[in-house]
Amino acid sequence: MTVTDRVRPQGQSADEEQHSNRSVRRIAVSQRLSRWDIKLSPYLYISPFFLLFAVTGLFPLLYTGWVSLHNWNLIGGQGRFIGLDNFGFVLGQPYFWNAVGNTLSIFLLSSVPQVVLALLIAAVLDANLRAKTFWRMGVLVPFVVAPVAVGLIFNNLFADQFGLVNELLALAGLDPVRWHSDQLASHLAIATMVNFRWIGYNALIFLAAMQAIPRDVFEAATIDGASRVRQFLSVTVPMLRPTVIFVAITSTIGGLQIFDEPRVFDQSGLGGADRQWQTLTMYIWELGWGQRNFGRASAVAWLLFLMIVLIALLNFLLTRRIADQGGRK
Amino acid sequence: MKFPSKLAALSASAACLTLALSACGADAPKAAAPTGETGKEPVTLTLATFNEFGYESLLKEYESLNPNVKIQHKKAATTNEARDNLTTRLAAGSGWSDIEAIEVDWLSELKQYPDQFVDLKDPAVEGRWLDWKTEAATTQDGHLIGYGTDSGPEAVCYNSSLLKAAGMPTDRESVAAMLGTTWDSYFDAGKKFVAAKTGAAWFDSAGAIYQGMSNQLEKAYENEDGTVIAAENPAVKETYTKVLNASTKDNLSAHLGQWSNDWVAGFQSQKFATTLCPGWMLGVIEGNATGVKGWDVANVFPGGGGNWGGSYLTVPAQGKHQAEAKKLAAWLTAPEQQIKAFKAKGTFPSQVEALDSEALLGQTNKFFNNAPTGKIFAERAKAVGATPFKGPKFFAINDAMQQALTRVDVDKKDDAESSWAKFLTAVKSL
Repeated sequence: MTVTDRVRPQGQSADEEQHSNRSVRRIAVSQRLSRWDIKLSPYLYISPFFLLFAVTGLFPLLYTGWVSLHNWNLIGGQGRFIGLDNFGFVLGQPYFWNAVGNTLSIFLLSSVPQVVLALLIAAVLDANLRAKTFWRMGVLVPFVVAPVAVGLIFNNLFADQFGLVNELLALAGLDPVRWHSDQLASHLAIATMVNFRWIGYNALIFLAAMQAIPRDVFEAATIDGASRVRQFLSVTVPMLRPTVIFVAITSTIGGLQIFDEPRVFDQSGLGGADRQWQTLTMYIWELGWGQRNFGRASAVAWLLFLMIVLIALLNFLLTRRIADQGGRK
Repeated sequence: MKFPSKLAALSASAACLTLALSACGADAPKAAAPTGETGKEPVTLTLATFNEFGYESLLKEYESLNPNVKIQHKKAATTNEARDNLTTRLAAGSGWSDIEAIEVDWLSELKQYPDQFVDLKDPAVEGRWLDWKTEAATTQDGHLIGYGTDSGPEAVCYNSSLLKAAGMPTDRESVAAMLGTTWDSYFDAGKKFVAAKTGAAWFDSAGAIYQGMSNQLEKAYENEDGTVIAAENPAVKETYTKVLNASTKDNLSAHLGQWSNDWVAGFQSQKFATTLCPGWMLGVIEGNATGVKGWDVANVFPGGGGNWGGSYLTVPAQGKHQAEAKKLAAWLTAPEQQIKAFKAKGTFPSQVEALDSEALLGQTNKFFNNAPTGKIFAERAKAVGATPFKGPKFFAINDAMQQALTRVDVDKKDDAESSWAKFLTAVKSL
């Protein structure tokens, strides 16, 4: 770009008087075109993604906002414009705040152990193991299982009266846990399903990043007498910073939108009789498809969107700080 | 000169996308009487059903009887899937099959949009079905939106080995007499059973009992004009209190949420002696209680008859071949065909004539101690009273009610009063 800028005025001024106006103009036009080509083409090459995103991402996002300002029935369609009434209504609903609490609780119970365990597993997989590929593929197996299937299996394990987990607890002489009645217990059970599915996947991402760390750094650390644990904390983790941020943000987005696992946690799928494990996405589903009220459902969807942006930002700042501190040690 | 041609291509593809999007907004056609002729031009009809309607061989038979007709059968695995499909396409205004099967519980909602369905009223099929079956699919101004297929008349299934252990009668007739015809007599028998301390409960779930009782209320939650009366209706509160008294005070309930894993396992561990069972439930019980001996069916249902489930065939107004579709729907739901479907998949017919057929009356069920289930459920079907009125908010309110019952019966985290207060809040927020 800068090269053409510099060449063009020279060429133009030197030839200006020798050529007819027409040919000058032709050169000017073709030069301008080639300049545009250099300037604009890169954007055109990546534009298919953004066009697709505009149609499948941005448009629904904005349209949801439009819907949230109206009375809108799933079947009846658009009704009266009512401004922010839908937002006011859902913000005044105890079920909404209950769902916010549940979502955050399940998110924390699943994301934090997920990232920590994935890091540890990745570190183990990064070591010199026999049959490396076997172990590496092995951690990915849970990810291949459909979430609903995971839900059904764990649902059996966590059944209140005849579930395997409670029977094991009874063998150990402990009281059975009321997985489907107690709020925190249900969150733990659901977080377990999420972790089961995602730890292996995240571990592989970490593993890939770990293998990109130059080996001589570790060699130097070993020569300096750093233990394996010290190497992990002071070399591996700080050097994984961008990956940790990536995993933290994707698991924030996934964790706050969690739907499948809590939905199949009981037979009616509304999040328990007292909404013990109703998440925000389930609340959207209940409003939109259960009560056919798309206006209110869209309002919750937008509030969820804002919440995700906020928490992802917070996460970004936090993980960056943690990783920074690790690097300075 | 690369750039302009690229821009042109891009803007062209963008235009295509816009066009594709705007095509979604087409209006649904309005129709009442079916359009088109029958028996002339070659047509391909699409038929959408779910689970098992038992229509596979019938469709082939129809094709050979009507050489101009080809039928494409689309089968959804579950009713939920079919319902989502149906409402999404109703909202979109296109994409329905020529014949769409629907469940009885969806009717309250779909009857709000009679314009979407061809009026199937026809003197040729008058009186074909039990009255309550047709009534449920007829709107207030007499528009019939569906032809009845099967139905779910309810009886009481019981585990005779548990009754025996409690020193109570075990044969069908005596049990039916003991259960009596009212809910009070049913609960009284339960109190005697529980007093014998066999370790099992009388019924499986308060929610399941409420379902049976509330289906006998003329209107539970809403008035015809759409006002919600769930909170004030004394009948609702009375039913609620009665079920929960039976559950908590008299301890008749096994405290299991219907369809939960614990409920399924409860059949194997013999946690309860009786359960309300529509005809289609027999297969469910047999599956859950495999290997358990002693299940039987009593020809009785407390509080009069009861119906749970059953389907209809509708002809959407979107269809291009409405007359042909109506003809096929009428043929499929005729008693002769419905009997064949019953033989194929056990779907219990809702047609008056079919209930008297030899094939149906002769049917027995080995798992249920060779009970004459055909005869029992035919009698149960005739005992069903008027269809209760269910308004557009029925689903949402009933869900809230079931949750209120579960909080007390299964979770035991609320008592009847505090759970009722939560129910009122939930209803108010609809």
